[in-house]
Amino acid sequence: MTKDLSRKDTTLGDALRSKGISRRSFLKFCAATASMMALPPSMIPTIANALEKARRPSVIWLSFQECTGCTESLTRAHTATVESLIFDSISLDYHHTLQAAAGHAAEAAREAAMEENKDKYLVVVDGSIPMDNPGYSTIAGISNYDMLVDTAKHAAAIVTVGTCAAFGGIPHAKPNPTGAVAVSDIIKDKPIINVSGCPPIPVVITGVLTHFLTFGTIPDLDNLGRPKTFFGQSIHDRCYRRPFYDKGLFAESFDDEGAREGWCLYKLGCKGPTTYNACATTKWNGGVSFPIESGHPCIGCSEPNFWDGGGFYKAISIPTENLTQTAIYSAAAGAAVGVAAGTLGRIKKSAAGKAHDKVTIDDLEK
Amino acid sequence: MSASFDKGYNALKEQVDASVAAFFSSCVHCGMCSDACLFFTETGAPERTPINKTEPLRRVWQQEYTLLGRIGKIFGFGKKVTDEMLTEWETLIYDSCTLCGRCSMICPVGNDIADMIRKTREGMAASGHAPPGLIGATKRAVTIGSPMGVKLPALQAQIAHVEKDTGMTIPVDVEGADYMLLLSSMEIMNFPEFIEAVGKIFKHANVSWTIASEAFEATNSGIQIGSSDIAAELVQRIVDAAAKLKVKNVISPECGHAYMAIRWEGPNLIGKPYDFKVVHILELLDDLRQQGRLKVSGRVKDKLTYHDPCQISRRGGVIDEPRNLIAMFADNFVEMPDPGKMNWCCGAGGGVSSNERADEIRLQVFQRKKDQLDAIHVDGMISACSNCRIHLEDGLEEYHMEMPVLSLTETLAENLEDK
Amino acid sequence: MTETELLTWARGPGFQIATVIFVLGIALRIAEIVMMGRRGNLAEPKGSAMSSGLRTVFSRTVPDASTFKRSAFTVTAGYIFHIGLFVVIFLFAPHILFFKDLLHISWPALPSTVIDATSVVTIITLIVILVHRLKDPVKRFLSNFDDYLGWFVTILPLVTGYIAFHRVGMSAPSLIAIHILSVQLLMIVFPFTKLMHAFTIFLARWYNGAISGYRGVQS
Repeated sequence: MTKDLSRKDTTLGDALRSKGISRRSFLKFCAATASMMALPPSMIPTIANALEKARRPSVIWLSFQECTGCTESLTRAHTATVESLIFDSISLDYHHTLQAAAGHAAEAAREAAMEENKDKYLVVVDGSIPMDNPGYSTIAGISNYDMLVDTAKHAAAIVTVGTCAAFGGIPHAKPNPTGAVAVSDIIKDKPIINVSGCPPIPVVITGVLTHFLTFGTIPDLDNLGRPKTFFGQSIHDRCYRRPFYDKGLFAESFDDEGAREGWCLYKLGCKGPTTYNACATTKWNGGVSFPIESGHPCIGCSEPNFWDGGGFYKAISIPTENLTQTAIYSAAAGAAVGVAAGTLGRIKKSAAGKAHDKVTIDDLEK
Repeated sequence: MSASFDKGYNALKEQVDASVAAFFSSCVHCGMCSDACLFFTETGAPERTPINKTEPLRRVWQQEYTLLGRIGKIFGFGKKVTDEMLTEWETLIYDSCTLCGRCSMICPVGNDIADMIRKTREGMAASGHAPPGLIGATKRAVTIGSPMGVKLPALQAQIAHVEKDTGMTIPVDVEGADYMLLLSSMEIMNFPEFIEAVGKIFKHANVSWTIASEAFEATNSGIQIGSSDIAAELVQRIVDAAAKLKVKNVISPECGHAYMAIRWEGPNLIGKPYDFKVVHILELLDDLRQQGRLKVSGRVKDKLTYHDPCQISRRGGVIDEPRNLIAMFADNFVEMPDPGKMNWCCGAGGGVSSNERADEIRLQVFQRKKDQLDAIHVDGMISACSNCRIHLEDGLEEYHMEMPVLSLTETLAENLEDK
Repeated sequence: MTETELLTWARGPGFQIATVIFVLGIALRIAEIVMMGRRGNLAEPKGSAMSSGLRTVFSRTVPDASTFKRSAFTVTAGYIFHIGLFVVIFLFAPHILFFKDLLHISWPALPSTVIDATSVVTIITLIVILVHRLKDPVKRFLSNFDDYLGWFVTILPLVTGYIAFHRVGMSAPSLIAIHILSVQLLMIVFPFTKLMHAFTIFLARWYNGAISGYRGVQS
């Protein structure tokens, strides 16, 4: 019997059953989630129970200076995955791109959701916030900053989706013409979970939400506010091409023999060693591949300032500026100063020679 | 006029050149030079580490000739060279160093430390910090003509003895001779057999030679004390006599630093090249050997070894010649450990033997030579420097060892074929 | 400043500053040395100063047997850490990329496991060397601030490199930034210390060989 899914008191379990998800598939999803979050198998029933009974939490999704890639990543369902169904099973009360409402009605829906679920709703943010001039990005005449502060006031927690919201992202890149900042630069008094990535991996989002729904708490975060389960390992440490790095086998260009053999892409500028994300294990597009596997070096998109990290195709160990030129000029300058100093030395020595008092046997004692 | 600190400091300033600057820039304080110096190995005193002996010169280089040092000096950084410091360094630079140059051979970064100690002595001498014994010797060398006070009559007397004993004439002041022989006071006084040996060999090989009455002294106290001015004056006497007699060559006898003085430092001291060639007696003898003009019939059966005088072999370049000559008469020759250019100093060169203050340490470090000899058990030791010979005899006596110390030239002469 | 910003700064302005001081300083000191000049030798030569000098530059690398016996530790430990340093700096792939960018030439790398092991050996050797320097009477007598500073700025990049490679303690961007900064510290300190011997040793050995070779003795 189908329940009315628009009713706010339907549970996640109801919603899933109404979509025809079997108990078996549901448990498989819980098992996969438990494994991804590095939880023991004994936790699977806990997760199952929690999700079964989870009330559809209210989620207000704020989109600021973003490209919509994060939303695209999440909602693009090649197949009807359970992830996307989970997503559907939250009460997404506000989302520019996805909602049917527009204009005043849309804003009214947001305010109503905030009031009804006071202190209980989740805020999801994608896109950075411009601080130079509010006019750079407004929604219904409301600046991003005002909307964020206003909406965050009674939120239970904030999840920043994508590097833009987490760290400033692409708008923040030099010269940062809009004065773009991250959510955490503005909101200081609410728990913030940074799910960075450009875009983030879909299952990372749902994993965070699942954690929140299961335990009602924020997962363990790293020093940049990212969930450790997904951002605790660097790409380098989980990359399947690591043995080639260790052996010293590198692709030198995009189409050479090394590249075709699938060798390490360090020399092509791979930022795997300094990037923390789940790409190497969880991969993309339902586990099909990830940039390195496709032959492109990791660009470090889940890290702050990745766009200003010295160039995507410049290896980490290469300086970002032209050192050769600096070295040549410095050598010339040094030689010039050295010759000058040496000349002074010669003058001094010559003066000492002129001041030389010939030593006779009478001069051997005082 | 007298010595003064300022004169000494100025002299040190004159001594810094590109090689000194490169050496001090490269020293990494590895201490390997101490393992090469017998004054350290036999005493264990870290301050005797060779590079430490050059500290006065190093400070002058650093504070006068490096940009960083000059800037530092303005702000009061950098240890100063003071008169007290030079006093402290006296026994290191003079008593504990013979300028043997072994340190220069092993320094891994390539420092010629002995050369730098030689340069440091310029500052020490001009500031009145040379040892009294050496000052005395130098004064005698300049005023009398010999550091031991040997005057011409003494030499003439020795020559007379030789002529009487052998019947041959020792040529003196022969104009146009090919070779002008110099003699060290040590040889004249203690080993006059050398004069006889040379006379015999030259007669045998038909060499045209002479001794100059106006400049017969080979020893150069100026080199030992470290005063280029005095050393130049002493060299000039030889140059003048050679010019007066119009000789083609000057022979440096069996004396270590005399060869360094006349052969290598000489032209640079007086500021112009010679009009004559300089040969060490061993070089000349080896030349004669190669020309087939030496006929040696005697064989020495005793087990012999050769002590390389530092200033002749390692610092002078005469290493193979003595061995070629020894091979002419020795049936049983063995090299001591570390032969040739790496041989160990006897401990008395470079002015140490003229420095009474250094008597004790001079004999203490003979232990190194003793160790070398103990390894080979020889019947006799040959050398080609009378200063080495006297000290080696002293050392052997001190350590209760019995063996003759032979002059190469004399031994060669003894074994010449009688014509 | 975020970690990536620190890393980017180290890779950017950090290297610029360090390179200027490093290269300018070295050029200055070498010019200063060479400008002092050497008087010509008026004595008649017995051998060739030029060829002897050149030969000493290389031959001084090998100590004679007797010297080695007396200074075995210094020579052995010295070679282990110098060779180890050379391997770690010049034969590690990411470093070779750095040099390729700087000098436009490249060469093959050793596997990073080999580099890892070499760095451990080098670090241990350096620690042993320090202990020896503190305990040996001659070395302790000679040693000053310059020696200990030189030791410190040499071992620091090895240790920070090892830590960065194994990603211990902090996250990768910070560790790599710290490693790069420690290299820059070495570069900045270099021209003011005895580390200059890396360059001046060629001059010193040459002069030594030339002086001795002039007299016919290969030193």
